[in-house]
Order: sequence, then structure tokens, then C-alpha cells
Amino acid sequence: MVEAIRFYIPGDAAAVALGADELAAELNSQLAQRGLHSEVVRNGTRGMIWLEPLLEVDWGQGRHAYGPVDSAALAEILEHCLDNGPPPTVYLGETEALPWLRAQQRLTFARTGLIDPLSLKDYLAHEGFIGLQKATAMEPQAIVESVVESGLRGRGGAAFPTGIKWQTVLDASAGQAGKYIVCNADEGDSGTFADRILMEGDPFSLIEGMAIAGLAVGADTGYIYLRSEYPHAAQTLKRAIGLAREAGYLGDSVAGSGKTFDLKLRIGAGAYICGEETSLLDSLEGKRGMIRAKPPLPAIEGLFGQPTVVNNVITLASVPVILAKGAEYYKNFGTGRSRGTIPVQLAGNVLRGGLLELAFGMSIRELLDTFAGGTASGRPARAMQIGGPLGAYLPPTQWDTPLDYEALAERGAMLGHGGVVVFDDSVDMAEQAEFAMQFCAVESCGKCTPCRIGSVRGVETLQKIRRDENRAENLLLLNELCETMRDASLCAMGGLTPFPVTSAIQHFPEDFGVEDNNA
Amino acid sequence: MSDSSVSDTVREAILAFQAEPGGLMPALWAVQNVLGYIPEEEVPTIAKAMNQSVAEVHGVISFYHDFKSRPPAAHTVKICRAEACQAMGGRRLQAFAEQQLGVEFDQASSSAVALESVYCLGLCACAPAAMVDGKLVAKLDEDRLATILAGLHGKGANNG
Ligand SMILES: Cc1cc2nc3c(=O)[nH]c(=O)nc-3n(C[C@H](O)[C@H](O)[C@H](O)COP(=O)(O)O)c2cc1C
Ligand code: SF4
Ligand code: FES
Repeated sequence: MVEAIRFYIPGDAAAVALGADELAAELNSQLAQRGLHSEVVRNGTRGMIWLEPLLEVDWGQGRHAYGPVDSAALAEILEHCLDNGPPPTVYLGETEALPWLRAQQRLTFARTGLIDPLSLKDYLAHEGFIGLQKATAMEPQAIVESVVESGLRGRGGAAFPTGIKWQTVLDASAGQAGKYIVCNADEGDSGTFADRILMEGDPFSLIEGMAIAGLAVGADTGYIYLRSEYPHAAQTLKRAIGLAREAGYLGDSVAGSGKTFDLKLRIGAGAYICGEETSLLDSLEGKRGMIRAKPPLPAIEGLFGQPTVVNNVITLASVPVILAKGAEYYKNFGTGRSRGTIPVQLAGNVLRGGLLELAFGMSIRELLDTFAGGTASGRPARAMQIGGPLGAYLPPTQWDTPLDYEALAERGAMLGHGGVVVFDDSVDMAEQAEFAMQFCAVESCGKCTPCRIGSVRGVETLQKIRRDENRAENLLLLNELCETMRDASLCAMGGLTPFPVTSAIQHFPEDFGVEDNNA
Repeated sequence: MSDSSVSDTVREAILAFQAEPGGLMPALWAVQNVLGYIPEEEVPTIAKAMNQSVAEVHGVISFYHDFKSRPPAAHTVKICRAEACQAMGGRRLQAFAEQQLGVEFDQASSSAVALESVYCLGLCACAPAAMVDGKLVAKLDEDRLATILAGLHGKGANNG
């Protein structure tokens, strides 16, 4: 029966930016013309952004994919799936059989792209809330131990062990004012969008993770601090929180536990520094987003001075599967001290960009060759920036490095939030270095001089170097400046900005007019 | 010189956040969502309602790039200036936008179209990206941007 055919067009912001809304409207109108009332689900993205808008059709034999689809191709697609017409050029076959998806280990993103993000029924049918149900029957200490045991480390950038942070908050005494769970959804790193895709594609998993965190440390209030650049995610989260509350997964008795936990959504206002946890807490308190000196740790004195868990979206959304399937299951993915999976975001000049979830350990080169399929421009890839705007630039000689926190750190680089931005050989690395300093100058909170003044001096010095003004002298000066920023800045904004700069000089000296590598 | 009906609107917009711990940010968003900006002369009204000093409220408004103290242009074009977009010709696109619109990034002007910097829209796998009056667009090039900009003329409201 044709009415039972289901169509899927992502409502994800990237798909929408590439025409998904117009496509969905056109599909509905063509279905109406045929007198059909088939359901068109607005799912999350499967992560294959180069294929967006991706149209999937389930005619009773699994989901079949077409992409990228523009409205002009719809008639042909409908003839193929409804009238036994020939397959159009955008037909990709069964979605699950696509190599990009098959090569992944999807734990945190297991549901994203599959389900209707706002259907609790879908969520439950795909193992949703199993972790939370288990947690309601556990002692707080046992929940924390599961998370410790899983080896989960923060996915926001600093890779701090999540279970240890939770233990500190569990052990802290809070008095009447209570404890807080804060979700860092500021996702300011350029080249990253995993948080966005998860919040738009599977918001209940984040809500579930936060509720488990609340039960684990004894917090009754949670905040999601979402960047303003993500209006689609804001809409989805707002509705998901309402639905979860109505269904009793938030509120006075979370999933029947008798314990209270509720969530509030807060929107940032365009400040990169508010992704740093202490600045974020000040922002949540209604202040300028200034960095606080540590100690005290937010785990002891966080939001409104109370013990607070601050975790990234992906960290929190990885907790339900750890509780549902066990710490051992999660820990068995990965390598060394990098356990579990990491959502890698392939961006910039790549043929196939998007999100893929992988066990730690794959080499960077494999990512580029197997998944990205080379550059979009067809020119040779020359540099990769990993870990956002504060991450180092890696030359091809370092691309055999595995995706692993320690392996990257050994090379003066960092995995951060898992963003990989590829540049082809038309890149001017001196220009990129100048941008790194410029970005720091624009986004510095202004609290300490090495960062506030250093970044402005850094821009000026790099401009002189690029103009070939006293080049040798200015390179020395820049080097000193970078050292000062690295060693004397109060937080990682000023402290890490030197990494993209010095890595660019070290690995691409020719772009700075330097002959030898030891500059 | 506060216009009393505007002040009423402001008070009404922030009513819901007065009792909210740390409610100043959502209160400011509420004002900006209603008026399009946060008028200088309404800051005392906001400060009083939120039980904070005028200096504190000023400090917060000036800290965040998103809060505007001047009425917005009829249209706002935000172009991502961050690395993934740079890797896909973003700098060329930025220069083209400045030249087409005759304005510089983030500069106040009387032009009907404001050009603003944004550092990442989360569309880095389909770069370069922009947000035009609140609507996201990706895989931009000069031709597509020119078409979009041409479409703005004669269009009315700005919603973002
Ligand atoms: C300048 C700066 C920006 C940051 N931005 C983010 C961000 O956007 N999202 C995030 O989760 N963490 C960000 N962090 C890291 C946070 O400070 C903090 O380590 C993280 O929220 C802790 O959560 P996790 O342990 O789950 O990663 C940033 C850090 C710095 C120094
Ligand atoms: S390093 Fe920069 S962002 Fe961090 S506290 Fe100092 S001025 Fe603020
Ligand atoms: S870097 Fe431009 S959208 Fe992310």
C-alpha cells in the first residue's frame, strides 16, 4: 500500500541551508497531486553533509537514499520509488549500505538521522531512556563509578575525565541552594558542528544524559547554554524539553524516581570566550563573560557559587549509552587512554564533508583519503587544522598521527572538539597565522594583558612579516610574544592561540619568507 | 528622554525574567527581540526592573557582540569569517560582499544592508556559509551571493 511509504528529509540546519525546506514543500505538493498522504519525516542529518539535502524513502524494504536532491529531480525520484521507473542519477541505494555509514561506530549518534527528533515514541523505540531507567534504580555513587569506569573524557576540548569531575561534585556539600548541571552548548570552535547535529537530530539523548548527571551528583536544576548562532537547535531543544517534561522525564519525579530534575535553555550572545566554562558560568549569572581564576573549580564553586558539573553536549549525550550498555561496552572502543568514540567533523576544503563517529585511533590520513575523498577543489591538500581556532596546523608529514588525545599532544597539537579543517595548496599560512591572532584580539575577554595586548601586537607583527618589514627581527619578536602568551595567559584563549601561529611558522616556513625550518 | 510607551514595552518584555536567577541575558534578548535593539535610553528602565546598576547593564550589553545599541538596518547579512569557510574561498566572498554592498564588516552605516562578521555557523562542511535576515545559506559563491543580495532590495522586514 503506497500510503505506507515514508519519506525522510532532514530538518538539520545544514540541510536547510542547502534547500531542504523547499524540497520538503515541493515533495508534499507532488504527493498531494498524486493524491497520496504519505508521511514526510523531518529527521536529523545522517552526517553526510555533501549529500544534503538527502532524501530517504522507505517503501517497506529499508531506507533508500537519494542525494543531493534538488526539487527538479523529485519527479524522477517519485517515478523510481512509486512507479517502478528507472533509478535517477542521485539514487544511492540502501542508506545503511553506504560505505561512509558502515565504516562508523555510532554510539552517541546511534539515533541521529534515523528518528524524528521530536518523537518520544521513536526515541523509546530506539533504546531511549534505558540508561535513565537504570540510573533511577542505582545509588548516585554507582552511577558515577560507571562513568569513571567507561573512561569517558570531556569532548568539549580539555578531555578531562568526566567521572572524576562528577565525583567531585557528588562529594561537595551544597547546603540548601543545591547543585547544578550545566551543558556547554556554545560550540564556538570553527570547523565543528557535532553538538549542533546532535541537538537538532536527537535532543532527548542530551536531556537524558543531563537527567542522569542530575541523579548522579544530586543536582535538581540544569542549564543548557546554547550559542545564538544555532536558532534551529534552540527551537528543537525548547520543544524537546517541553515534551520530556510532559512525559515525566523531567520535573518533580524524573522517570518515576521521586527525585527532581528540570532544565532551562539559555541563549548566548555571540562571544567565543563564553565557551570557556568559567566565563560561561558568569554569562549564565547575567554578567559579562569574564574568565574566573581557578581554583576554586566549578565543581566546588560553580554556578551561583554552588557545586556544578559543566560538560559538553557530546559528553553528556554519551552517558545514556554507557548506562544502558555498560561501562565495559563503551570502554572497549578506542585506544590507550582515549576510550570510546569521538565524533569527527570533516570540514573546509574536502570533497565529502560531514560528521562521522569513530572509535579513537584512526589516522588522520585515513580520514582524508577514505572519508573526505580528498579536497573539494581537486588540488593537493596542504594543511589541516585540528581542534578549532586554537588548534595547531598539521603538515602532511604529521598526517599519520592517530586520532588520540595523547598522540596529538605529543606533536604539539590537540584533538579538541574533533573538528578537522582541510586546506588545499592555495592557502597562505602566514595569513592563517595572522587570522589566529586577529581572532584572539576580537574574542579576548580582556582580563589579562598577555592575551588582550599580545594578540593585537601579534596581528601587527605578522602584518609586518607578511610585508617583509624587518622580517627576521619581527619573527623573533613574534616568537617571544607567543611564549609570553602561552606561559602568562590566565586561560587557554591566550594560552593556546600561539599554537596555530607557531605550528604554521614551523611547518610552512616558506610562507613566512624563511628558508630553513629552525626559525 | 525615555519614550514612555517604549519603556512600557521594555518592562513588559522583561517581566518574566525579573525573578529569574541571572536573568539579565534573557531579559536583554527579550528587549532586543521586540525592539530590534536595546535603546540607550531604556537602560535605566532595564536596570531598575532587574535590580542592577546602570553600569552593570551597560557592561553586559557592550561585552556581547550580539547586543545592539542602535536600530538595525533593514537587512542583515552575516558572513562566516572562520577557518573552514576561509578554506573554501571565504575571504574572496567577504571582499566581494563589501564591494557589492559598499560597506565594511561591522561598521555602522546608513546603508539598508548591514554586513556583520560571524565566526562559524556550524555549516563548516558546506562552506562558505552565511545568514541572511535569519535564513541560513551554504556553499556560497560570488554569483549566488550576488543573487541573494539583489533579492534584498525591495524586500521589507529584517528578522534577524
Ligand atoms: C576559549 C575556550 C573556548 C571553549 N569553548 C568551548 C565550547 O564551545 N564548548 C565546550 O564544550 N567547551 C569549550 N571549552 C572547554 C570548556 O572550558 C570546558 O573544558 C568544557 O565545557 C568541559 O566539558 P567537558 O569536560 O565535557 O569537555 C572552551 C575552552 C576555552 C579555553
Ligand atoms: S587569556 Fe584572554 S580570554 Fe583568557 S582570561 Fe586572559 S584575556 Fe581573558
Ligand atoms: S567555519 Fe564557517 S560555518 Fe563553520
